[in-house]
Amino acid sequence: MNVIVFLAAALALFFVIGVAARAAMKTLAPAADKPTFRDMPLTASFGIAVILFYVLVAVFGPLLAPFGEGEVVGAQYLPWAAPHYLGTDKLGRDMLTRLIYGARNTVGIAFATTALAFVVGSILGIWAALAGGWLDQWTSRFVDALMAIPALIFSLLLLTIFGTSVLTLILVIAAVDATRVFRLARSVAQGIVVMDYIEAARLRGESNWRLIRREILPNAMAPLVAEFGLRFCFVFLSISALSFLGLGIKPPTADWGSMVRDNATLITFGDITPLLPAGAIALLTVAVNFVVDWQLHRASGLKE
Amino acid sequence: MEKKVLLAIKGLQIEGRSGDAWHPIVKGVDLTLHKGEVLGLIGESGAGKSTLGLAAMGFARDGCRISGGTIDFDGIDLRAASEAERRSLRGKRIAYVAQSAAASFNPAHRLVDQYCEAPVVHRVMAREKAEADAVELYRRMRLPNPEEIGFRYPHQVSGGQLQRAMTAMAMACRPELIIFDEPTTALDVTTQIEVLAAIRDIVRQFGTAAIYITHDLAVVAQMADRIKVLLRGSEVEEADTRKMLAEPREDYTKSLWAVRSFARPEQPPATGTPIVSVRNVTAGYGAINVLTDVSFDIHARRTVAVVGESGSGKSTTARVITGLLPPRKGEVLFNGKPLPPGFSARSRGELRQCQMIYQMADTALNPKLRLRELIGRPAEMYLGLKGKALDDRIRDLLSLIELEPDKFIDRLPGELSGGQKQRIGIARALAAEPQLIICDEVTSALDQIVQEGILKLLSRLQDELNLAYMFITHDLATVRSIADEVVVMQQGVVVERGPKAVLFAAPKEEYTNLLLSSVPEMDPDWLNRLLAARGEPA
Repeated sequence: MNVIVFLAAALALFFVIGVAARAAMKTLAPAADKPTFRDMPLTASFGIAVILFYVLVAVFGPLLAPFGEGEVVGAQYLPWAAPHYLGTDKLGRDMLTRLIYGARNTVGIAFATTALAFVVGSILGIWAALAGGWLDQWTSRFVDALMAIPALIFSLLLLTIFGTSVLTLILVIAAVDATRVFRLARSVAQGIVVMDYIEAARLRGESNWRLIRREILPNAMAPLVAEFGLRFCFVFLSISALSFLGLGIKPPTADWGSMVRDNATLITFGDITPLLPAGAIALLTVAVNFVVDWQLHRASGLKE
Repeated sequence: MEKKVLLAIKGLQIEGRSGDAWHPIVKGVDLTLHKGEVLGLIGESGAGKSTLGLAAMGFARDGCRISGGTIDFDGIDLRAASEAERRSLRGKRIAYVAQSAAASFNPAHRLVDQYCEAPVVHRVMAREKAEADAVELYRRMRLPNPEEIGFRYPHQVSGGQLQRAMTAMAMACRPELIIFDEPTTALDVTTQIEVLAAIRDIVRQFGTAAIYITHDLAVVAQMADRIKVLLRGSEVEEADTRKMLAEPREDYTKSLWAVRSFARPEQPPATGTPIVSVRNVTAGYGAINVLTDVSFDIHARRTVAVVGESGSGKSTTARVITGLLPPRKGEVLFNGKPLPPGFSARSRGELRQCQMIYQMADTALNPKLRLRELIGRPAEMYLGLKGKALDDRIRDLLSLIELEPDKFIDRLPGELSGGQKQRIGIARALAAEPQLIICDEVTSALDQIVQEGILKLLSRLQDELNLAYMFITHDLATVRSIADEVVVMQQGVVVERGPKAVLFAAPKEEYTNLLLSSVPEMDPDWLNRLLAARGEPA
């Protein structure tokens, strides 16, 4: 019974947030973009609202959080009661505070990693497609070789070699993910480089850099943006996975992945507190995918 | 004796959707078709020809709806009929032949499998009988090897053969009505004749009624008993073919008839150093030589038309001149000086002098760039224009191609019509201020009225800016109107070349003669006479 009530409440909340967000975006959008937001599905507006909420929490984290990130404020495993609205963890740190800081660290790192993977992967991929010949063969086969190694094992290996700091974490996951982006960007670009406008631009004497930036990239944007959303979620999951294994973000820095591991004991007592960070990850993943689906739908021209 | 009416369309209205609004595409057209009669539908693009043709099957494309009028096919009201009833008619009693056979056949199945689909689904014939029947129809369509051609996949036969196989497939259930939607537009002239003759024969043999949609008047003159002219979704006039050709009533029809009359004034023979001189060029891909020992000159203010069927090496010649394909032997001289063979070795100045306009403006213009950048980029790159000077230049160029600068400068190519896109292609070439422009089939994808506009524009620009054109085309009507000299190519060899007047009046080579005689004329007896002259059954 409880479950049904909870599900119904969640669904109602989803509708309320979706409708409200759509109405807000419709009023705020410039006149030219109004139709875009009017035709937006509820899932997308809900997704955008949730992402905005995460971004706000991440940006204003220190202002919102009632306590310090690593501050021990009470006994361990306190129940949900004021002033610790979500209780405390196994070291007596405030759970709500850590959740808020976790948004900063986990989401921030995931975003930086995905962005880096995309910049490197898509530029190299388009360049390979544009250059063709042996250059394309060498880079592509090299990337294939890297992709043959399971991603998690490969990241673990690299992290053991280079040590675990936030910077190496970002670089390693970005390097692993850039291979996937490379494949996508290359295959999309291969369809574009044979177009007459690319031939015209080459005959004009344009540099490779300009061909990539102005002629190819704008036409490859739609699938890349869609892939960005998906990749972002995967990166999220791999950071959490690595943190869970103890190779990701180092304590006492708050991170959703390690928060689940640290407090996992509570689950056996029927307390859902350790699942909150997992839920935060799940919600963001769902929200991002809602928005990506919407973008894909628009880019593919499938109306109705 | 009045024949029985097969299809009667009255006051048909069709609307198309853009965004949230519905706007009319066909505005109250009446159409009557008797048994065994061929009706030609003509008009420029956007006239609603194809939409009307599909409506004759009770079908509206996605995003379109039939909003008014009646469609009566042999006593069946197609608008009131259920989808199941309409489906039982389609393919069996009404068939459709699309413009591009290559795009309409499923590449994963053999021709005969696709042929048998309709007869078997409609339970007209069993599979074995349908296969035997296919061979018979392939023979009647004069396809080579009728016994075995059905067992090939679509990519294994040529475009003209595919179009004939498509027509045979449409005939499979012996329908009473066939709708031909521009079946020969994508074919070159020599192939077009074969397809036209085959279609006409088979339609006559089986007494099938047909609606023949095209924008080529000369073609429709050969095929149709009656012609209906459409303009922006309304009927302009309708009459028997001979009457329509002899004495069109409406001004619009007269303007359609006059399209082919544009001709560039005759130029005196050119002298001096040619802008471009192709010397004994042999070039190819892999082990094959596409071009063998090709030579010709292009002088300033002159247009050299390079003609030939598809695969004759016309476009490859252009690729050699632009440097995309370095020749194996021979060289290209520019103003008397040899050009480096590959484009990447050429200087910006050399690249600037030779610009290209492409056949498909859709793929030649980057769909994500605004016209400002599309046209402005060459001016910015080659001439170093910036800020206000660049903006002024872009506006000048837009005025030059007869597009209003304020309205167009910030548009994307997707917001333009086909003819306007081609004009942007021209503006982009002009922005570099070149001496030579290579036009690769620039008018093939456009309908005749738009074509004429483009040809006039090119001709005017040539005189104003002293341009030399290399004009690649398979359309000899275009050659007749604007070329000064003609180079005829066949299988990578220059068969004949010379001034237009001389070559057209007295072609020396048989191949040139064949090409010239294959250009459809407005005379409805032209196809009969031609086939008789070539000794084929009319």
